[in-house]
Amino acid sequence: MENKTNQFQQVGKNKLKVDGQALVTGGPQFVADYYVPDMLWAKVLYSPHAHARIKKIDTSQAEKLPGVKAVLTYKDVPRIPFTTAGQGAPEPSAYDTFILDSKVRFVGDKVAIVAAETEAIAEEAVKLIKVEYEVLKAVFDPRDALKKGAPLIHDEKEAHMPLPLFYDKTKNICAHADFKTGDLEKGFKGADFIIEHDYDIHYATHTSIETHITTVYFDPHGRIVILTSTQVPFHVRRITARALNIPAKKIRVIKPRIGGGFGGKQEVLLEPLVTALALKAKQAVCLKYTRSEEFISSRCRHPQLIHLKTGVKKDGTITAIDINIVMNNGAYGSHGLTILCNTGSKVLPLLKCDNISFYGDVAYTNYPVCGAYRGYGATEGYFAMGIQLDVMAEKIGTDILEWFKKIHIKVGETSPVFAALGEGREGVEQNITSCGLDKCIELGAKEIGWYGKRRQKQTGRFRRGVGTIIMMQGSAIPEIDMGAAFIKMNEDGSFNMLLGATDLGTGSDTIMAQIAAEVLAVETDKMIVYSSDTDFTPFDVGAYASSTTYLSGQAVIKAAQKVKEQILGVASEMLNEPKEDLTVKDSKVIGKKGEVSYSDISNYSLYTKNQFQIMAGDSHIVHKSPPPFAAHFAEVEVDMLTGKVRVIKYVCAIDCGTAINPQMAEGQSEGAVLNGISYALTERYIFSETGKMLNPNFDYYKIFGTRDLPEMKTILVPTYEPTGPFGAKSVSEISINGPCPVISNAIYDATGVRIYKTPFTPDKVLAAINKK
Amino acid sequence: MEKIKAIVNGVEKELSVKYSTEPLLDVLRRGGFVGVKEGCREGQCGACVVLIDGMPGNSCLYPAFRAAGKKITTIEGLGRPDNLNEIQKAFLESGAVQCGYCTPGIVLSTKALLEKNSAPSEDDIRVALDGNLCRCTGYVKIVSAVKLAAERIGKK
Repeated sequence: MENKTNQFQQVGKNKLKVDGQALVTGGPQFVADYYVPDMLWAKVLYSPHAHARIKKIDTSQAEKLPGVKAVLTYKDVPRIPFTTAGQGAPEPSAYDTFILDSKVRFVGDKVAIVAAETEAIAEEAVKLIKVEYEVLKAVFDPRDALKKGAPLIHDEKEAHMPLPLFYDKTKNICAHADFKTGDLEKGFKGADFIIEHDYDIHYATHTSIETHITTVYFDPHGRIVILTSTQVPFHVRRITARALNIPAKKIRVIKPRIGGGFGGKQEVLLEPLVTALALKAKQAVCLKYTRSEEFISSRCRHPQLIHLKTGVKKDGTITAIDINIVMNNGAYGSHGLTILCNTGSKVLPLLKCDNISFYGDVAYTNYPVCGAYRGYGATEGYFAMGIQLDVMAEKIGTDILEWFKKIHIKVGETSPVFAALGEGREGVEQNITSCGLDKCIELGAKEIGWYGKRRQKQTGRFRRGVGTIIMMQGSAIPEIDMGAAFIKMNEDGSFNMLLGATDLGTGSDTIMAQIAAEVLAVETDKMIVYSSDTDFTPFDVGAYASSTTYLSGQAVIKAAQKVKEQILGVASEMLNEPKEDLTVKDSKVIGKKGEVSYSDISNYSLYTKNQFQIMAGDSHIVHKSPPPFAAHFAEVEVDMLTGKVRVIKYVCAIDCGTAINPQMAEGQSEGAVLNGISYALTERYIFSETGKMLNPNFDYYKIFGTRDLPEMKTILVPTYEPTGPFGAKSVSEISINGPCPVISNAIYDATGVRIYKTPFTPDKVLAAINKK
Repeated sequence: MEKIKAIVNGVEKELSVKYSTEPLLDVLRRGGFVGVKEGCREGQCGACVVLIDGMPGNSCLYPAFRAAGKKITTIEGLGRPDNLNEIQKAFLESGAVQCGYCTPGIVLSTKALLEKNSAPSEDDIRVALDGNLCRCTGYVKIVSAVKLAAERIGKK
């Protein structure tokens, strides 16, 4: 397999990031860096109540303040329900959101927005808006929300699911999924051990260092230009057009460089609102979230309560899996169904088991809104399954690593889960065509020193232990996701490549450049990549579902192959040799008799004879979602006196197929792992009794810095995925799923105490130790 | 609006300050130094780090008036795209840049570190960069980049 990647010139190499020089020199390239003449600043008035109706709202004082140009309340915007979930159309998320509404559903819900000449004036004006609320009973626990008589969060008539999917707002259910395979009862009967636990995984947020920001201005034709920090420019155009009832042709969305997204910017969060405000002010407006707004009023990871029951035989056969989930979506239903389904579809197929039941309800509550977040439901699922596997292995007294090798899905095998659980519709059947998981287990175990450290009796104040997990994710959403690319040739033999695919810091522009360069037989730096602009670049669903490399990469290959054919055609004319005798190498076409440079070919095609522009575009949809696989290992130290957990070393061995750019693949994995560790140990939302998030800053919402960084090791285990571009699968999401279960398992190895609830803060760990 | 004079990236600049507590961050960005990034305005993320008389500081908390007469270095004062300095090169080559939003602040913190300590240990690096948050990289490649830059600058 490695031989296959060795034959590549551009793929599989650590090429420099194509936008790297711009980024290390700090030139203007993010939304906030663009100067728009006469731009106004927006500030939002947020609800102080978790659940209330606006009885009266008086904006007259705010409007009179000098410098204020426009104020919007629910009275000023169209009452069209939409979802902020940036998914393909129609979205499998409830249409339960209005640009502004007369009801507020969480502390931090938007009440009104002001545009003024300065941020200070806008802030002042927000304080002058007088609102009289009728405070309603709120509900925060998703289990309570599902009970009869619970306060109804979406009692408005318009809220609905745009697809024929289960949705019951009269019960606060914003999504539901279930499926069964085999015979669960028989499965449990045949088990030697039945293990049952409740797992509780918590609220968190992305904390991109660039907060959400959107600037809307008007071009000389009166068209609306939305310059925005988004992962989904084409969905932004479509959803904004819907929410404001304006034709898509009036809207242009530009995505410049993005300062991190992690799913948080797969949300059409600000664009319809800022567009409505700019339309009223008839002037450009910028809304830039503060850090506090980013915590309270953007999007979060979906917390889940998981009841997991599994049956296992002494020989290691898993006989039954019964998983019941209650998921909290917060006040709006963004991504509810698909995250729930992913908790099943990204976790269950990994394990061989004939009898499975999956059941989940997604509840509306009066807490902040959840949405897409790296890992997307799999993080939640692997927390439960990862610990449960550790418990099962101990129960049957097996070597967990050898057992892992027996129970995981292999090349040529399938799982009924693939077909049963899709994204808003049935899934797609698939066989595994590449899997390096055994090798991941071996190499990872060696790196952490597993067999010298596991189950060593620990005494004293500081106790060490090791934990592990195996995982899979997916690569794009089969039969749904589409990506397209366009390439044209310039007279110096360089190429412009226009991509809908959305680089949000992941490096996808570079990955796409390497893929195109490989096909075209040029150096990667000959590719001038531009992403994304709805006026100029072809469609792409955007950066989510671990899709860009696998999906958009194939579109790039197809477009590049067409361009290559055209190059060969011109060269054939120039060299007077048949196309079949020609090959491409190092920016040249080489024939049997002679050779010609790309630059000469391009000049010939533009200026000399039978002129035409060498250019082509193509699209791709995927029919499979081949999973990347990973084995994670951690060594932790627990302070028995304080309950503080420190990760000493973390090892991530990952099979992402061909790593198009190994250094960037490692970077994706390391970033995801550290985010996962910090989520497992310190990040959390602290709520007041009335539903207010109390720690909306980096002082009290602790994300890891350099001093907290454990020793980290990433091991890329190459395989070759036959359906992927040059053998590649996805890499960006899978690694965030490991730390919660791995650290919990390592805490158990160190102390004999299992923690089933995240995060593993000292108080929780100490309480568990003392209880033992 | 009052004017102050400061040496920004080696050139004397007149900067306009709107009010007495206006942070240096806003004044520099208004002056065109948009490589100075806003991440939290609370001194917690380090995206807005600039060097003030060689010392790294969060420009979001630093009153612009106090910068009068001082030497300020922003990312624009380091290498340009066709002429990167050793730190910028090392960051690029090590894969230490993902979204790049925190990069200017981290590169400047690195510059301050290496000017004080030309051969920093891993711990020195981790302490020096602890005020700069990055959510993309997991810092592994950032730490490697600083080591690489130190090595190359040391050899010069």
